[in-house]
Amino acid sequence: MKHSFLGYKRDDGTVGVRNHVLILPTTVCASHVAKRISEEVPGTISLPHEHGCAQKGADYEQTKRVLVGIARNPNVAAVLLVGLGCETIGAPETAAEIASSQKPLKTLIIQESGGTNKSIQKGAKIAKEMLDYASKLEREQVGLESLVVGTQCGGSDACSGISGNPSSGRAADLVVDSGGTVILAETTEMIGAEHLLAKRAASDWVAQQIVNLVHRVEDRAKALGVDMRGANPAPGNIAGGITTLEEKSLGAIVKAGMSTVNEVVEYGEKPTKKGLVIMDSPGQDTASIAAELASGAQILTFTTGRGSPVGSPIAPVIKIATNTPLFSKMTDNMDINAGTIIDGDETPQEVGQRIFDLILEVASGKLTKSEILGHREFSIDRLSPFF
Amino acid sequence: MTEIIQYVSIFIMKTPKKLQDKVIIANPNDNVATARAEIDAGIVLSRDEGDDITTREKIPFGHKIALKGIIEGKPVFKYGQRIGVAMSNIKPGDLVHVHNLSGERGRSK
Repeated sequence: MKHSFLGYKRDDGTVGVRNHVLILPTTVCASHVAKRISEEVPGTISLPHEHGCAQKGADYEQTKRVLVGIARNPNVAAVLLVGLGCETIGAPETAAEIASSQKPLKTLIIQESGGTNKSIQKGAKIAKEMLDYASKLEREQVGLESLVVGTQCGGSDACSGISGNPSSGRAADLVVDSGGTVILAETTEMIGAEHLLAKRAASDWVAQQIVNLVHRVEDRAKALGVDMRGANPAPGNIAGGITTLEEKSLGAIVKAGMSTVNEVVEYGEKPTKKGLVIMDSPGQDTASIAAELASGAQILTFTTGRGSPVGSPIAPVIKIATNTPLFSKMTDNMDINAGTIIDGDETPQEVGQRIFDLILEVASGKLTKSEILGHREFSIDRLSPFF
Repeated sequence: MTEIIQYVSIFIMKTPKKLQDKVIIANPNDNVATARAEIDAGIVLSRDEGDDITTREKIPFGHKIALKGIIEGKPVFKYGQRIGVAMSNIKPGDLVHVHNLSGERGRSK
């Protein structure tokens, strides 16, 4: 194989670049217990959230899809689901949807376990066994057809579309050329650039889906009486020289490269095709990352011009500074400086190659800055209020 | 579209030599360019083809400078694509930003 990395082969055929034991609450009511279990067993990760109960319809489906998708993500070696017992998104039915991933999976119901203290004790025992199991797994050499890279840009400036995103795009093209998968998300930041994406669609049907996706977001904002300008471009984008949403979008879509768009999927939905795939998500970074994780992304690239420290709970995030002043100012957070392009010292092809090389290193275990710093921001997009 | 990803390597070279120290022109059809560093007011940006541009105000790092006159209501092009319309008459050397450029998408009406 031309390019390879060392990953954890899972029983369902997917490959993890990390090996997490995940303590996942299915409802906000179980979040504290999940967090306490993880604190009892260092080396595990809990994912407290505010969702899982009194949600209906598409909003319920979406939250459940994200929780299931994250549990199924190949970076997760084993899962302990923690439920309360009376919530809308219950632990047993969630477990049923995770089961086909064949990874070690247990459920713990607080109401059936004798309350908080007993649940923490019981959960910690399970978590220790899972950690023991995960620690015995070894990395093996695999090809890039197992790799799914999610792309992000956040805290963009006018350099994003000139340096960071074309470089990230070059790396994305190299991943696709090697047989891997790349996800372009953040639908809001496709508005005004959708015609260019549609031109690269694998079929008329995919092209129509791209246009529909973008119009759906615009219509949603209109229905709410919201003028997107003000939130997007955000005040920081404007201070960084981006004037209009179209300008931001044209600069943003290049972060996923120039490949043919093979498929369009919903928020947190797993692609069925390899190559470049578009996934619906808001421009809000943490909610977009959560959906990319649920779609199976094991690694994320994230360009930033203003300086975003955001990471992810279960996947390494490679931070790419779009300008050298930012790279110097937030060295702690930045993995790659694409500002060299603005400085005239490098081309996007050269920086893109550096990003691609780093993707392979990170896939094999090298920690990113956001992992070292412990950035594990997490949120799920909502479609309707609680009922 | 291809030009967007390739332009920095290709077009930095194509940007007229005297201009390229100061700005990046994303596409040959653009009527704005991006400042590679802060440019003071009154700086002459020489173009190989003759018609020099003098900055009429300070252009902050990463912000846009008009390369040509743009009449109110006419489109502004960056990356070879329409990024909005001029809200007032823009002269060569003007800063182009939220005060004189408005997007056409994402509006509530």
